[in-house]
This record gives sequence, C-alpha cells and structure tokens, in this order.
Amino acid sequence: MKVLVIAEYERQRLKPSFFSALTAAKQLSPGNEIDLFVAGFECNDLLQVIKKINVKKIILVDDKKCEHQLAEVVADLISKVAIHYDFVIMSATTFGKNILPRAAALCDCTLIADVVQIIDPATFVRPIYAGNVLETIQTSEKIKFLTIRASAFEPTLIESDIEAEVECIKEDLISSRQDIVFISSELTEQTRPSLESARIVVSGGRALKSKENFKLIEDLADKLHAAVGATRAAVDAGFISNDFQVGQTGKIVAPQLYIAIGISGAIQHLAGMKESKVIVVINQDPDAPIFKIADYGLVGDLFQIIPALINELEKCNKTLT
Amino acid sequence: MRVLVSIKPVLDPSMKPRLKPEGAGIDLNQAKRIINPFDEIALEEALRLKESGKATEVVIVSVGNLQAQETLRHGLALGADRALLIQTERYCSSLMIAKILKAMVLRELPALMFLGKQAIDTDNNQVGQMLAGLLNWPQGTFISRLELQTNEIMVTRELDEGLETLKLRLPAVVTVDLRLNTPRYASLPNIVKAKQKPLTVITLESLDLSLAEPNYKIVNTSLPISSRKKIKVNSVQELIEKLKKEAKVL
Ligand SMILES: Cc1cc2nc3c(=O)[nH]c(=O)nc-3n(C[C@H](O)[C@H](O)[C@H](O)COP(=O)(O)OP(=O)(O)OC[C@H]3O[C@@H](n4cnc5c(N)ncnc54)[C@H](O)[C@@H]3O)c2cc1C
Repeated sequence: MKVLVIAEYERQRLKPSFFSALTAAKQLSPGNEIDLFVAGFECNDLLQVIKKINVKKIILVDDKKCEHQLAEVVADLISKVAIHYDFVIMSATTFGKNILPRAAALCDCTLIADVVQIIDPATFVRPIYAGNVLETIQTSEKIKFLTIRASAFEPTLIESDIEAEVECIKEDLISSRQDIVFISSELTEQTRPSLESARIVVSGGRALKSKENFKLIEDLADKLHAAVGATRAAVDAGFISNDFQVGQTGKIVAPQLYIAIGISGAIQHLAGMKESKVIVVINQDPDAPIFKIADYGLVGDLFQIIPALINELEKCNKTLT
Repeated sequence: MRVLVSIKPVLDPSMKPRLKPEGAGIDLNQAKRIINPFDEIALEEALRLKESGKATEVVIVSVGNLQAQETLRHGLALGADRALLIQTERYCSSLMIAKILKAMVLRELPALMFLGKQAIDTDNNQVGQMLAGLLNWPQGTFISRLELQTNEIMVTRELDEGLETLKLRLPAVVTVDLRLNTPRYASLPNIVKAKQKPLTVITLESLDLSLAEPNYKIVNTSLPISSRKKIKVNSVQELIEKLKKEAKVL
C-alpha cells in the first residue's frame, strides 16, 4: 500500500493535525510505504524537520507560485502526483477540506471525508448527521482520497536517523493562475494551547453575554493551561473570533477534559466535543440538554461559579507548592 | 450577470435521524425536509447581489427525486427567479453531484456559482471544491464575506487559524459559511407568487452524462455508543475533588 500524506504547516511548523494524518497513513501501510508532499515557498527550515520523519520520500514543491498554498495550484499538483499512490491523505482541517476534494475530482476519484476509524484498507467509518449516525463505507476506488478527523487519530512522530530522499517537482508542472490572487490573512495570535492539541478545553456560550465577560472563560482556561472554545452563538455575538468555534461546522475536539459553561447543548455543538474523555457542564438550567452528555454537572450561575473555581484552583496550586 | 445556487433538501436537524433495520441506511420516509441551512445562506447572498443591482438573475438547482420540488418552491418563495430539478432516483456521490452541476453550469453559464460549504446530513464538505476543479474555475471556500467588483470578487474565508482574503476573477465557485449573512423568511405573498415561477424538471438521463456508479458502497449505518457518568455535584470543591481523584484529569 503506497500512501501519500500532504504536509500541513503554519509559519514553517508542522501542525499536530498533520501528525494525526501520519498515524492514519501508518495504519494503512504497516510496511511504511509512506511519502510526503510539501508545497510552499522558501521551506528550507520546514524541510529540515520533515527530513527526519521516517518516510520513504519527500516530494517537494518550493516555488513562489505555491507561497499561499492556493487550492487551484496545490490540488493540481497533488492530482499529478496522486496517480502513483493507493491512498492520498490529509486531515479534515480547513486546509485539507479546501484542497483534497479538488485534487480528487481532478483524478476522477471520490473522496471519503472525515474518517474516524480505519477498519481495513478498504473500509472506513465516518460520522454523518452531526455525529448522530456512523456510516461504514467500503471502497474500491483506484486512488483512495481520505480526509481524516484529527481528534480520532493520536498524533505520532515517527523519527528516523536516516534522512528521507527529496524529490523536487519541476517548475513547469506548477500552473500559474491569473484568476486568483492572495490578498491578506489575519491569523489569530496563539497565546494559549491550541484547541486541536490541548489536554483541557474550556468553552463558553451565549450566556457569557459580552466580550468582556468572556474573559472569565479565558481566565479559567489559563489557570488550567487549557485551550478556549466557544459556541456559534458566542462567536456570532462577537465574544471571540471564528477559529474558536467548536461544533459540526467549526472545530472537532476530543480532549481529556471538556468544560462547557453556559452552553445549552445544541446537536451542532455536541458534534464538535462529545468524543471528549471527560465532560463537565456548568449551567443554571438543570434541564439544559447538555447535561445528558455530562460526566459531572454543576447547576448554578456561571458568574459565581467561575470565580469560585479560579479561587479554588489557586488554593490547590498553593498547597502543592 | 446570472448567479446559480445549488440547493439540497435535508432532514430537519431538530429531528433525530431514524435508522432502517440492520444498518441499511437512514429512513427518510415522512421525515420533514428543510433547505440545507448553508444553501439558504448561499441563496440569500445571491438574492442580495440581485437586489443591489449587481446580478440580474438567480437560478436555483437541485439534484434528486421529485420530492425536492417542494424545497425548490421554498427557494423560489425566498426570491429565486427560476428553479431546475435534475431528477433522479439514483444514489449520487459528491463527485457525481459535482459532474451534474458542471453540466448545469455549462448550460446556464453563470458568472458565479454558489454552494453551501457542507450539507448538514452527510457533512461531506466537498461538492463545491470538486465542481471548481472540474470547471477549472477559482474557488473561494468557507466564505464569511463577499464583495463583488467588476469581473471579480473579494472573499474572506474562515480558516482554522483565522481569516484569509482572496481575489477571484469571475467566473468562480464559492462555498459559504455561517457568518456570511442571516437569511430572510419567505413572506406569504412571495409564497403565493412562487407558485407561478418556473420550475423545470430535467431527467438525469437526458443530460447524457454517462455517470458511472460510485466506486464505494455504504455497508453499514449505526448509532454511536456513548456512556456518561451523569453525576450531579453540588459545589466547586466537590467538582475539583472528583476531577482529581475520580476522573484523574486535573
Ligand atoms: C447550520 C448550523 C450549523 C451550526 N453549527 C454550530 C457549531 O458548529 N457550533 C455551535 O456551537 N453551534 C452551531 N450551531 C448553532 C446551534 O444550533 C446553537 O444555536 C448554539 O450552539 C447555541 O449556543 P449556546 O449554547 O451558546 O447558546 P444558548 O442555546 O442560548 O444556550 C445558553 C445556555 O446558557 C445557560 N445560561 C444562561 N445564563 C447562564 C448563567 N448565568 N449561568 C449558567 N448558565 C447560563 C442557559 O441555561 C442555556 O442553556 C449551528 C446552527 C446551524 C443552524
């Protein structure tokens, strides 16, 4: 089984979701017939790290035309390389979802999205209906394009002493597009653990009422070295930016501990967090649907509970030190 | 300038999907269908382009059985000018849908093709990207802002890391995210008027696409299992205690 994994990185650093895709690749190819595909511009630093990953070959496209990793350019390249593989894999991040379906279509292949389990190299499980149903798909597609749900595959770093060989794509294979121009990006400053990789996530909903109050969630998260999450209602109301939304249409997380505060438990939100190992719910309404998926529930006013929690955690920390 | 919007009827998300026996799929008989919420946002954006004088015609298109007419009528009541149903009883993969939509794009020649970023039933998030690839058009996916200028659009995309702005030359494909707009409701007079608007049914066979069956099959559908402790705690102290001693996550 030959597997091609597409590298996903930000500011020259590989993302945890990429290492999850690598885990899936390893499951599909125990013989380690895994190659990596890296597209970008001036990726020398990145390449030094990637070379140490235990794969056979790195297919590198280092060109100005790939600087912003536009789908129109990158999917086209992937489709040209894909014909040599049984599987092409990315994580179901916004990056993967933007690029891989386009590449699959260019190869006249279907794509199985959001895989959470690999039963065998032809059989995959994926959630549908906001995670309310699981679907098992058996495929005989010539090239199997998969996006995998990162939270369902523990990220692994497979290191090696031997550097993988690097194959550079010829410049004339890279298409130049006049019909698409990158204008700008506004990346959120990472000041705490990221939602995708944090052990603990503290999420807040509409009940926080304002951006100022939402700081309570952030303060509690900082006490726990946790990531911050939010519901769509909280994002729509402007308490926090879009990349913190957890749910069917936001990020899917499965941390060791998820603390949901002032969140009612709409299925679209549950879709993004119900695989968490332990779920804590804080809500003033004892009948809020989210209590149905709680391991520990505390009924009460969050404006009293959060400060009390922070206070108690501080006390615990003091007794420890 | 013509704008095409794809519309998918989906199970009302307030209803729990019912499984057929022995994992044979989801029972959609008698299930209440709504227009996929993302498609509704796509349609709303198209209608706003028309109302601001930038687009001249909004056409909606759906692929499926005759039941989809009801959803298309709803789209007409929201303000679309005409509707097309590509009628088929076949199961269609995302790739098949993209191929069918491509055929409709080549027939209708829109400057802009709008899709929802995902359908809330299969959650695939791929038709728009596939269609853009097949057409070799630029794509703006997961957009939360769109600005139409002469012959081009500026779109802001919602990414896992933040936002990205791109300029696409028309014709282009866009897939819309939740925060692009808030869709309107259909007014009673518009619901009445929609009955007179053209809704054309075209059989899939008549498109002559020679679509192969998908190279996969769904072999099982099941409900996920989850067991939660559901323990009520009475104080912050008790909560922390439990998280430390019992759950061992602090
Ligand atoms: C197509 C579509 C996609 C969607 N995708 C997502 C998604 O990805 N993620 C997502 O989150 N949502 C999504 N939604 C929205 C979802 O349906 C809900 O509207 C949303 O999750 C509700 O957010 P909330 O729980 O913060 O707000 P509410 O439902 O308003 O809940 C607020 C809760 O706070 C409690 N509360 C109020 N005051 C206090 C207090 N002082 N102390 C303690 N508790 C208090 C209330 O009892 C209530 O339970 C989507 C919706 C649609 C239609």
